[in-house]
Amino acid sequence: MSAFREPLNIIITGVGGQGNVLASQVISVAAVEAGYRVVVGETFGVSQRGGSVMSHVRISRDKAYGPLIPRGRAGVIAGFEPLETLRVMVKYANPDTVMIMNDRPNYPLGCLLGEDKYPDPHRIEETIRKIVARVHCLSATELAKEAGSPLAANMVMTGALVGSGLLPFGREYFTKAIELLFKDSVRDLNLAAFELGHRRVAG
Amino acid sequence: MGVCKEQPGVRVALTGNESLARGALEAGVAYAASYPGSPTAEVLGTLAKVAGQFNLYVEWSVNEKVAMEGAAAASFTGLRSLVVMKADGLNVALDFAGALAISGTRGGMVILVGDDPAAHSSVREEDSRNLCKALHLPILEPSSVQEAKDMTREAFALSEQLKLPVVVRCVTRVCHASGDVKLEEIARPERRPVFGRHDRVITFSIRMHAQLEQKLSRAVDAAGDSAFNSYTGPSEAARLVIASGPSVMYALEALDMLGLSGSVGVLKLGTTWPLPEKLLLSYLETASAVVFAEEVEPFVEDNVMALAAGHWSELGGVRFYGKRSGHVAGPAGAGIGELDPDVLADALAKIFDVPRADPLLLTSLEAEAMLGEKMPDRELALCAGCPHRASFWAIRTALELDGREGIVLGDIGCYTLGIVRTGYYLLQTMHCMGAGVGIAGGLGKLDRFGFNKPVITVVGDSTFYHAAVPALVNARYNRANFLCVVLDNETTAMTGHQPHPGRRTTATGEPADTVPMEDIIRGLNIPYAISDPYNVDATVNAVCEMLEQSGPRVLILRRTCALAAVKGKRKNRVYVDWDKCIGDACGCGRFCSKVFACPANIWDAEHGKARIDEAVCNGCGVCATLCPQQAIVVEGTVE
Repeated sequence: MSAFREPLNIIITGVGGQGNVLASQVISVAAVEAGYRVVVGETFGVSQRGGSVMSHVRISRDKAYGPLIPRGRAGVIAGFEPLETLRVMVKYANPDTVMIMNDRPNYPLGCLLGEDKYPDPHRIEETIRKIVARVHCLSATELAKEAGSPLAANMVMTGALVGSGLLPFGREYFTKAIELLFKDSVRDLNLAAFELGHRRVAG
Repeated sequence: MGVCKEQPGVRVALTGNESLARGALEAGVAYAASYPGSPTAEVLGTLAKVAGQFNLYVEWSVNEKVAMEGAAAASFTGLRSLVVMKADGLNVALDFAGALAISGTRGGMVILVGDDPAAHSSVREEDSRNLCKALHLPILEPSSVQEAKDMTREAFALSEQLKLPVVVRCVTRVCHASGDVKLEEIARPERRPVFGRHDRVITFSIRMHAQLEQKLSRAVDAAGDSAFNSYTGPSEAARLVIASGPSVMYALEALDMLGLSGSVGVLKLGTTWPLPEKLLLSYLETASAVVFAEEVEPFVEDNVMALAAGHWSELGGVRFYGKRSGHVAGPAGAGIGELDPDVLADALAKIFDVPRADPLLLTSLEAEAMLGEKMPDRELALCAGCPHRASFWAIRTALELDGREGIVLGDIGCYTLGIVRTGYYLLQTMHCMGAGVGIAGGLGKLDRFGFNKPVITVVGDSTFYHAAVPALVNARYNRANFLCVVLDNETTAMTGHQPHPGRRTTATGEPADTVPMEDIIRGLNIPYAISDPYNVDATVNAVCEMLEQSGPRVLILRRTCALAAVKGKRKNRVYVDWDKCIGDACGCGRFCSKVFACPANIWDAEHGKARIDEAVCNGCGVCATLCPQQAIVVEGTVE
């Protein structure tokens, strides 16, 4: 487990409908279960899907923080979608930021309509690698399909985040949080997806 | 569920909205009512889930005014009551709220208003504090998830002390935040509503206006003693930040980043109206520079400056920095958009002339240069499978066939996206709940002046009950000429699928005495028809036919919200048969992805064919019925 920086600033970004809010909820419940202070700032409310979404999660030992991370001060960015990962990195990363990204694009309307071109995801990954020291790129959607549903990519990404070893508390708090928040087959699916993501990054 | 945990002192993870609900439980609330609106939509749903456990009455009301009237009734009997709305909802309830401030209340009554700085999910950035001041209502403003709970609990006590409703004004960044919250005991008062034959709660203007002013001066004293106002920093600070709401946290962090924490004080105001005058004056006496940090309007700023003007001879040369001076400003300007730690750090660095060490690495332009490509923007889109997309497509097609350049009006809900590309830019007006129907009524009376275009207004099912009915009554009575299309997805989808009078259940999940919209429309003697928007051809025909008729008429396009419909069910598998899809040779103009514009329909540039993204597709199969080559296959059955 790596050195814990106070506060640990985590950004989760992606596209509406990818389960961003649930992932941040799992992290915050796990943090509280582990006895840490946590604050999460979310952008939601427009229920339509397809817009850029971002959650800020801030974990600390004993200090209360505001729900927004200042620019350039993210410790980890978990990007559920390549373009959004790059977009958020520009504002919030610094050379020490750890990037965890899903390689599967979700095309904006302008790209579907043929007006914009979606950048090559490999070029996006290369660009990110030029800027920060550590990047974990994974096929979270494919791993989620392996676990049972492409919709569980959010838990694969959460598993990968925990697998990166940046959090000050263990994975057992995450399995506990998943068990608290979900029931039956959804719980099993999410646990399996979490495991696959964790293994993919932690080895 | 953390919200109903009984152990006081324990920390649990709650969202801001859950924390607000918990505060009401800790205060022993008995009656709660709301119309769903973001950012406060989840407060009532949270209370509804525990209504049985704590013996609460919880309802989704038909609109905010009705919700407030019901909550006031409970207060008149001595019970504690809560009414929840967004800023736009306070406008709807304003008429009654003003009268209620005059009449006063009995049992503690809290009006929870969610403001949405930056308009994340609103049509405007309304600062409801200005209205609350006009209403003579005291305001408490939480700055954190923890305080959302603590203030709500205290607001009930304050209301009972003043015999006046108390407003808890919460912004999106607190409502939609979550964090660890330290719990206190849930109150379980004995509930015996008392309202006898001789009890009167009335408005009687002159005498009661004087009483209201007296209540407000008692509120000034209460604010002076309030623990929600606190100070952090050096004693007798010459440099002071006065902050409220989440800006308190942003200010503390910004000062920390600038290394100014030791020399600049932060006065946190939790009671933003009426102001704790003595407390403020005691800090203003020693300060020479004061910076205001609040969202959205300069409300505290203006009122503190007015207070200072009245004490100018004692205060001497204090300088004020904020929105009025232009110093506290985001990229869009002062008083526009949200504050954040960066906006405040930029402002404080400038005001106090200190360097801003910024770890920001590169700009978007630099990133695009490294990438060698542009980063395309991401616009909002109706969900894959959204019945509204099919409805908009049918209306658009019908208007083309009709050929008379018909007008289409709208209002607030998911279908607001009809103003942008995803709804084919169909909607020409968008103001507030139900406004499209009223505007259609006006346009529908202009034939005598030579206005002869067909007029269509779209309205959602929940909005139908909230605000369309009076406009339809007016249209029937005055014989206005328009077609009202109810986009009935059988839920309040925009705010999280809350039920409404057209549904079979209440807020707490009990069976409801459903009020079908057909019954209301029939009662208004307005002709109507019903169609399924997934059945595009039939819907186009229905719109065309009804455009030919005159007077007010209603077309209900009914199909359950795509998100609600597939919950817990297996969805159809929809895919493109590449033997049949002939790509650009088809001449359809990439109909499924580019024209119909469903986000699940994507273009595979490498192979020059259409494809469906299974992670996004909802399995509705409407694109399959529209594809000119019949190249899209639906596996399973679309009901």
